[in-house]
Amino acid sequence: MLEKALVGTKRYYGLLAILAGLFALGFLFYLKQLNFGLGITGLSRDVSWGFYVAQFTYLVGVAASAVMVVLPYYLHNYKAFGRVTILGEFLAVAAVTMCITFITVDLGRPDRILNVLKYPTPGSVLFWDMIVLNGYLLLNIVIGWNVLECERHSVAPPKWIKVLSYVSIPWAVSIHTVTAFLYAGLPGRGYWLTAIMAPRFLSSAFAAGPSLLILLCLLVRKYSKFDPGKEQIQTLAKIVTYATLINVFFFMCEVFTVFYSQLPDHMAHFQYLFVGLDGKTQLVPFMWFALVGMTIAGLFLVNPKLRKNETTLAALCGLVIITTYIDKGLGLISGGFVPNPLEQVTEYWPTVPEAIITLGVWAMGFLILTVLYKIAVSIKEEVKS
Amino acid sequence: MADYKNEFGFFAERPKVEKKLFDRNKVIAGLVIFIVMITIPLWQNLGKTVAAPAPSLDTPVIKQLAAKDKKCVMPTEWMRANHMQMLVDWRDNVVRTKEQLVTTSRGREFVAPDGKQYLASLTNTCMECHSNKVDFCDKCHNYVAAAPNCWGCHLEKGKKLAEAK
Amino acid sequence: MGIDRREFIRIAGLSTLLGLGGTGAFELLAPGRVEAEIIPALGSLKAKRWVMVINQKELDDNTAQQCAAACHRVHNVPDFLNPPDAKLKLNPAVAHRYQVKWLWTEHFHNAFPGDAPAHMAEKVEHMNFLVLCNHCQNPPCVRVCPTKATFQRDDGIVMMDMHRCIGCRFCMAGCPYGSRSFNWRDPRPYVKENYPGYPTREIGVVEKCTFCAERLAQGLQPACVETSRGAIVFGDLEDEKSEVREYLRKYFTIRRKAHLGTNPQVYYIV
Repeated sequence: MLEKALVGTKRYYGLLAILAGLFALGFLFYLKQLNFGLGITGLSRDVSWGFYVAQFTYLVGVAASAVMVVLPYYLHNYKAFGRVTILGEFLAVAAVTMCITFITVDLGRPDRILNVLKYPTPGSVLFWDMIVLNGYLLLNIVIGWNVLECERHSVAPPKWIKVLSYVSIPWAVSIHTVTAFLYAGLPGRGYWLTAIMAPRFLSSAFAAGPSLLILLCLLVRKYSKFDPGKEQIQTLAKIVTYATLINVFFFMCEVFTVFYSQLPDHMAHFQYLFVGLDGKTQLVPFMWFALVGMTIAGLFLVNPKLRKNETTLAALCGLVIITTYIDKGLGLISGGFVPNPLEQVTEYWPTVPEAIITLGVWAMGFLILTVLYKIAVSIKEEVKS
Repeated sequence: MADYKNEFGFFAERPKVEKKLFDRNKVIAGLVIFIVMITIPLWQNLGKTVAAPAPSLDTPVIKQLAAKDKKCVMPTEWMRANHMQMLVDWRDNVVRTKEQLVTTSRGREFVAPDGKQYLASLTNTCMECHSNKVDFCDKCHNYVAAAPNCWGCHLEKGKKLAEAK
Repeated sequence: MGIDRREFIRIAGLSTLLGLGGTGAFELLAPGRVEAEIIPALGSLKAKRWVMVINQKELDDNTAQQCAAACHRVHNVPDFLNPPDAKLKLNPAVAHRYQVKWLWTEHFHNAFPGDAPAHMAEKVEHMNFLVLCNHCQNPPCVRVCPTKATFQRDDGIVMMDMHRCIGCRFCMAGCPYGSRSFNWRDPRPYVKENYPGYPTREIGVVEKCTFCAERLAQGLQPACVETSRGAIVFGDLEDEKSEVREYLRKYFTIRRKAHLGTNPQVYYIV
């Protein structure tokens, strides 16, 4: 099937070239980071995780959201999603690959990364994250590839693929739960020390992931002969609607607990994010935009007229993607570290090299996504004709 | 061929297909370029001989030692083969207390087979005598293209040397 | 990236070296004696549970600064705020980000956030508290480390193995006291004098106070204790007759964020 990735239009090659170029640029800056150290980023003693870890967290959500097309198809026999499961699975492959790359890029000593296997430590959540992420990557590659190959030859997928598909459903939930546990189990960080962290992660994932999938479906329809289908897109839109609203609800639950209990070391982080602390207000406009934007997007999506019109749907999905990205990317990580355990405020903002490396990893992910989608769409076109 | 299947599966007679290498010239040219490129280091070194290093033991400290003390913590031959493993053992013992079996502060005295005791320390024991790192360490490491990162942290000059200066 | 190769060769050759070269060679060279061994140094300080009591009443600001300086000197801790060479001078904001701190001073409301009343003893309000790794009995940093690069010794010291650290900084997120520092860039140019008794660090690893494990092994008290003119005492919590137990009996002490259940082992007399 790989041969399908090698033949394409000029536009396809052009896209690949642009992505490869961005990846190469990011790689050059990564070499600089290897040489100089993580000091080329905006990270500090007080805010020791930043942009890289934020992308990682966000993308785990995107990857986990594949379950939103797999689950209705396999557990509820919702046939319509049969056409798009492959898009969900391949999106997960690209997203998990980016996650693993972001973690590697964030390490101070990537040359020692295999120490995690050499000295396995089941007490560390990071150890489990390594296992679930790699497992999920493998599951999606194997399932996606085999299902597509079977579709090409018009045969039913083997039974073991079905078993793996069932396994992948709880597995998808696990990757985001374990990722939330990275944060939610730390005694000294009030912003993260909350049982609703994992549910919040899942709700924002099921809002952002399917939103991205809708946009990708619209793109695939526009630029290929394969139509993922109107019904499919509308079902995804409903998932986005309620996941977004649940996400806002969970956030409000958090706000209630923190501000009604009046625990100072829990409130301080929210104050920093939404009104600023010690005169440091860098993230305030972003956070309000995220909160208001997410609420508006959720409420507008409930309106069937706006949801059924694919133009407004696309715009609202874009809004969901951006607002969840700000909430989970910028806010979650910085918010957890500011103020620091000594109640001092050191702000964090990514530097240019850091942003370029990040862009490079995204380019790598979209390169993988483009190639995989090209294969999938070509096979679908071939089967159709 | 991937879509070829019939009810006899593996044992079925395969259809006759003309065997032909497409784009023959391009494929062969590509292969040749690939092979030349990955073997460049071999071509570059062809016919050259690189003399085996003879690390110098001629340091002021060693010169001053009495003849009977002029020996390493372990025999030279053994050190040549195993010093890296010994240093890793020292390191793990000093830092990690053999995964916490003993209720003491870390053990860091190395008892040689002849019963003599040494402080298990790269900087303060090894480099004390072998103070000529460039001559003693780097020569062989470069020869075998090994790049240990000991000196990224550990200092070249030990306590005694620092005091003498 | 020479380390990769070296690591590979090491792993590949490990079994050979251990199996043939290691024990076997010892056997040949010194019959009867199974192996050369590493033993605790004579006169090393031992305890079942090391703890520190800081008597803030006896600790003047000057001595506190000297303790921090002594600690940073004998551990080759880089100083990014005041580099040894004017050419290395950094933008203050950047220097603040890169900072490495093992032992430093903080005011009460920072060292003990949430515990400061609106009106408190003036002396305490402006007091410089020495803060460091608390060597918690239940350390979150050890719990989260994915490689056991940070671990707890039997004598309670929370130790760092910088040879093993992968630089994921999970421990920095886990520590509720901000006691850990990361090497954001090569620290060596910023180390004032190279103290031979302790290594420097490479980029990309986390470091912190180790209760001077290397000095205890040589029978020495921690550097800050030695410099403190009696204001800091250090000893065995399990030993009833130890000076620390005497202090804990005699004075009321507080600990930083003890409510988090980490069971910190640095006690303060205010």
